[in-house]
Amino acid sequence: MSATTTGRPSDTATYRGSSLDLVDLRMAYGSFEVIRDVSFTVPAGTTTCVIGPSGSGKSTLLRGVNRLHEPTSGDVLIAGESALEVHPDRLRQRIGMVFQHFNLFPDHTALQNVALALHKVKGVPKADALEVARERLDEVGLGPRADHRPRDLSGGQQQRVAIARALAMQPEVMLFDEVTSALDPELVKGVLRLMASLASSGMTMVVVTHEMNFARKVADQVVFMDEGEVVEAGPPARLFDQPQSRRLRAFLSEVL
Amino acid sequence: MTDWLELLRRTFLDFDAMWLVFPQMLGTGLKNTLIISAAATVIGLVLGMVLAIMGISRSIWLRLPARIYTDIFRGLPAILTILLIGQGFARFSQSVFGPSPYPLGILALSLIAAAYIGEIFRAGIQGVDKGQLEACRALGMSWPRAMRLVVVPQGVRRVLPALVNQFIAIVKDSSLVYFLGLLVSERELFRVGQDAAVLTGNLSPLVLAGAFYMVITVPLTHLVNYFDNRFRTGRRPTAGPTSGLKEVHEMDRDVDPLVHGENT
Ligand SMILES: Nc1ncnc2c1ncn2[C@@H]1O[C@H](COP(=O)(O)OP(=O)(O)OP(=O)(O)O)[C@@H](O)[C@H]1O
Ligand SMILES: [Mg+2]
Repeated sequence: MSATTTGRPSDTATYRGSSLDLVDLRMAYGSFEVIRDVSFTVPAGTTTCVIGPSGSGKSTLLRGVNRLHEPTSGDVLIAGESALEVHPDRLRQRIGMVFQHFNLFPDHTALQNVALALHKVKGVPKADALEVARERLDEVGLGPRADHRPRDLSGGQQQRVAIARALAMQPEVMLFDEVTSALDPELVKGVLRLMASLASSGMTMVVVTHEMNFARKVADQVVFMDEGEVVEAGPPARLFDQPQSRRLRAFLSEVL
Repeated sequence: MTDWLELLRRTFLDFDAMWLVFPQMLGTGLKNTLIISAAATVIGLVLGMVLAIMGISRSIWLRLPARIYTDIFRGLPAILTILLIGQGFARFSQSVFGPSPYPLGILALSLIAAAYIGEIFRAGIQGVDKGQLEACRALGMSWPRAMRLVVVPQGVRRVLPALVNQFIAIVKDSSLVYFLGLLVSERELFRVGQDAAVLTGNLSPLVLAGAFYMVITVPLTHLVNYFDNRFRTGRRPTAGPTSGLKEVHEMDRDVDPLVHGENT
């Protein structure tokens, strides 16, 4: 498939996400415990949104899943296998991550950003890597901008390149950490639409977000965290319409 | 009064005396100054990069030696280092390179330059946004590969102006190898000027040497300013103003379950 000249995003490929289980996960910075006994399951191909106040440990939790920060105890299971027993670099090839501030490589074009790890980490021949990168960019509606550098793209476009970059590695799980928080309001929608179509294409996703409408519409499960613990988890309708805990009610009254 | 002016002119700007050393200045002095400076810079860049990587490593056994090395070679006067190395290692050097002190001069300048360049690289690399390394690691890159492919190139680009400044300093410091006693064919700009000045009892050849240094250093100074301005402005002018509103529909698909769901 070559670049669509219309600039219309091509249909998202079908993905085969793996299941993700967090089992009694604990994490700390030094002696400061930040994640306390967090357990939940994200069935294969479903989307879990993690919500909660600032400092509640949402980012830390995501960084524990791909071991950018090593958990102190507990376990992370990807497709039933312990993520703590494989080499972190191997694990991370199977888990895509998208950041609040995009973190694209500024001296690479959009295309090179997407192809780099595929070629250098997975060892895919360069021509093939570029081909895959082009397909991923088409999918996120940026085929015509493949040769732009990040600074010549809007925040929304940069974030979609970052998503394409993660997808190019054919991950089994995608982690999103407040990926629209740094965007101008009119650019948020494009990124959320991309994530919604990704969610419906079979990817397993964990999405930390403050976009409650997105969580309500797209999530199969919503997890509310506070002070490093899961306070409440369940289908979006139940959490948003019948919050059980006082803390979730207080949180929702602040953000809705 | 005119006598006095004439005396000054003859002391500093005796064009005949200058003209006499000009061929030597160009053929021997400039050539050797450039060779010494370039060699010291190249070796300094390589060693400096090693020091920088050691300096940011997580292991104290790499950080500490780099720190000590840097403190020593930045802390000593260049002339002292050059004399200690140039004379102290003369025996070793003799068996490898022959009697010329030229290689040891270059080595001493390189070791000094490495200390400064190492600090420049380290600052540049540490100034790269932490998110860059994090993005690499999240893609499954090992730390060394992430550094090599992404972080170090960005760090180096940030410090190009500082590196040019360092080269200017090396060009000027290259005059210090004079103290090691160079062979005639190895004399650099300062030594050529100094020898001619002693011979003619006139400072004009040294002034000429000074002019040669300026010819190298002044354009480089302006190059630095040019770099600096270019890197500060960052974003290149594109095709004119754009609107984020255009982008709102970039992700529209012919069939978009979410969007259509909203309307039904
Ligand atoms: N590198 C670090 N070193 C020490 N403490 C940290 C570090 N990063 C985060 N923390 C602390 O850990 C706690 C959880 O932080 P975390 O970033 O995971 O929260 P968050 O839910 O993502 O918050 P936000 O919504 O602001 O992004 C906070 O109290 C924070 O101060
Ligand atoms: Mg966070």
